Amino acid sequence: MSEGQEDKRIPIFVDGEEVKVNPGTNLIEAVAQAGKEVPHYCYHPKLSVVGNCRMCLVEMGMPGRDRATGEPMLEEDGSPKIMWVPKPVIACATNAAPGMHVKTESPVVKECREGVMEFLLVNHPLDCPICDQAGECRLQEFATDYGRGYSRFIEQKNVKPKRTRLGPRVMLDDERCILCSRCIRFCEEVAEDPVLGFIDRGSYTTLTAFPGRELANNYSLNTVDICPVGALTSTDFRFKMRVWFLKETDSVDTESSVGCNTVVGSREGKIYRITPRRNDHVNDTWMPDSGRTLYKQVEAENRLTGYSIDGKPCAPDEAMSLAASLLKGHRVAIVGSGRLSVEEQYLLRLARETLGGGAPTFLVGRTGEGDGKLLSADRNPNTRGALLSGLVDTLPKEDLHDLAHLIADGAVDTLLVAGEDLTEAGVTREQLKRVQIVYMGTHHNDTSSVAKVEIPLLAVFEKSGTFVNQQFRVQKFAQAVPGPKGVLFGLSNFTRLLDALGGTARIAPSPANVWTAMSRDVPEFADLRFEDIPRTGTVVDDARFAELPFVEGPGLHFEPKRAEAAADA
Amino acid sequence: MATKVVERKPLSLAERTYLPQIVSGLRVTMKNMFKPPVTLEYPDERPDIPPGYRGVPTLVKDPNGREKCVSCQLCEFVCPPKAIRITPAEIPEDAETAHVEKAPEEFEINMLRCIYCGLCQEVCPEEAIFLQDIFSVTGTSREELVFKKDKLYALGGTLPDSHYKWEKKKSAERAGNPHH
Repeated sequence: MSEGQEDKRIPIFVDGEEVKVNPGTNLIEAVAQAGKEVPHYCYHPKLSVVGNCRMCLVEMGMPGRDRATGEPMLEEDGSPKIMWVPKPVIACATNAAPGMHVKTESPVVKECREGVMEFLLVNHPLDCPICDQAGECRLQEFATDYGRGYSRFIEQKNVKPKRTRLGPRVMLDDERCILCSRCIRFCEEVAEDPVLGFIDRGSYTTLTAFPGRELANNYSLNTVDICPVGALTSTDFRFKMRVWFLKETDSVDTESSVGCNTVVGSREGKIYRITPRRNDHVNDTWMPDSGRTLYKQVEAENRLTGYSIDGKPCAPDEAMSLAASLLKGHRVAIVGSGRLSVEEQYLLRLARETLGGGAPTFLVGRTGEGDGKLLSADRNPNTRGALLSGLVDTLPKEDLHDLAHLIADGAVDTLLVAGEDLTEAGVTREQLKRVQIVYMGTHHNDTSSVAKVEIPLLAVFEKSGTFVNQQFRVQKFAQAVPGPKGVLFGLSNFTRLLDALGGTARIAPSPANVWTAMSRDVPEFADLRFEDIPRTGTVVDDARFAELPFVEGPGLHFEPKRAEAAADA
Repeated sequence: MATKVVERKPLSLAERTYLPQIVSGLRVTMKNMFKPPVTLEYPDERPDIPPGYRGVPTLVKDPNGREKCVSCQLCEFVCPPKAIRITPAEIPEDAETAHVEKAPEEFEINMLRCIYCGLCQEVCPEEAIFLQDIFSVTGTSREELVFKKDKLYALGGTLPDSHYKWEKKKSAERAGNPHH
């Protein structure tokens, strides 16, 4: 809290220990700030409070005041007398009040939790050996904390449908459902596509999609993430791998300029799933379904996995030196990509400067319809990175007709292409055949097939670096899996090309070293080191680009600065 | 250093003839000559394996012939030398055991790595893996000693089941929900 600002936080006492919380904080969050946990199922920090699981019962009391005089009531030892509420209250629906006392570990609270757990487990199947949630299941966790260890229930367990298809990507196992209603609230409040509801009563209550509707919106897999048990499962990840084997790596969603924070789950170099990572400034705890399957590109059939000259495999150094001799002294144009990391874009800029600095540089724009949430109109994850790193100074067009004209006029005879397929951007194969192409990219395509030199690049999951999202937030991503065998690691492809071109700046191929160089060249990055960028990213100054007509419309945690852009969207 | 002189008794007449010693020695020889032998003519004869013996880990089926492993991968997780490798798969919906939902597509135990500790048997929630009485494993290549699923089932055979957990589940499913 800075000087002059009034501290509005209020003191509460969790098991006798004082913590200061913001007014309006509920007791689950308040207790969390005291470093303790109130077990809960239905409460989710980004959804409305319903209070139907009853797991978060705690004891609560306020310091007493004498009704006649209004004086605080005191115990014999002079401490304030706490008037405990006779019955436990649910922590999720109780807001902190000044001086409030909470007991989270008393015998009554423990008994409440044990009772709730016993009821929840009455009809819960013993599916843990086959359940995908095992290992990250709240029911499993709290059953070890508050469960009885054996069942007193001797009647037949309820039978419910085990394989209900709720939508193309979500399967429901009704027996496992504990009726927390998180998924129903998510569809209503966040996805704004209310298709789920409960039918029947009591222990027959069943989650289902409305007749004739299915859970098909682009945010449906978030229901799987927030399901505290294994009732909702992803058809893509179902029965593929147990979660305790997965190594979790922080990454960033590359499908649009929103840059949802993600966690990549991999085992032994193979990626199994992508889930959202909480970032209250960008994506809360959500991400679109479309970004979760991007890992499949890593093992795609057409993956470029080796260096080649005229289609014949060669050593990396041969490819680099031939690329350098093709580029030096020719009329070169550079095609970069909004999908490269900031570091790669900056190294590409250094390559251009080494070549004399005059080479026209293009970027391929990708736009789609923004959904007003976590999928923006700009489908390049790093357009702003290209602007900041100085690779380009205008927004990219969707087609490369300008480049096609330069080729047709003979003003360009060599192309350095990094990560784009030019034939998709309006340059014909005939035009490409008239020039020498040095292709750097992750996959084979029509451009690489006519290229003189092919240099394989690493996919986003195979390298570390940064992207700059629509808020001008610099976000780090880390390497989850090793790259294909034989491909140079990290930024080596770019730094070695730079060395082969005779660049004076010799940079070690790690993001941290590139950032050291970049912080000298880019004013916005002047005080920033790669190591200092926090997990949730850091926003840099966008004043230099305030006049550019960015295409994004409003989204979650994002308002476009230019009113026209908002009107267009 | 003090020296202690040990006094030696002179030998008696019987001892000096050595005859009592020879006779008592021969008595032991004779006794063992007519007792049944304690050694085995391995490999023609095989020893009795006591219960609880930890031999080669095997996969077993229940008396109804259902494969018990549901590929929960706990044995893979607990295995100290990382000898076990499971590829899980979904049981197709039209199969008879579709209600079990999950079964191993491939189950490999690398017998060159296995240390016969028995943790896999101890951790298995479905009682599907047992270290039985096979103690002699030989092979001529490394590949041969990576036991695949069919070999593990052939070695394991069928063991009695005291739970029939999944059969109970299926009968409950057939009985259905009294509400509907």
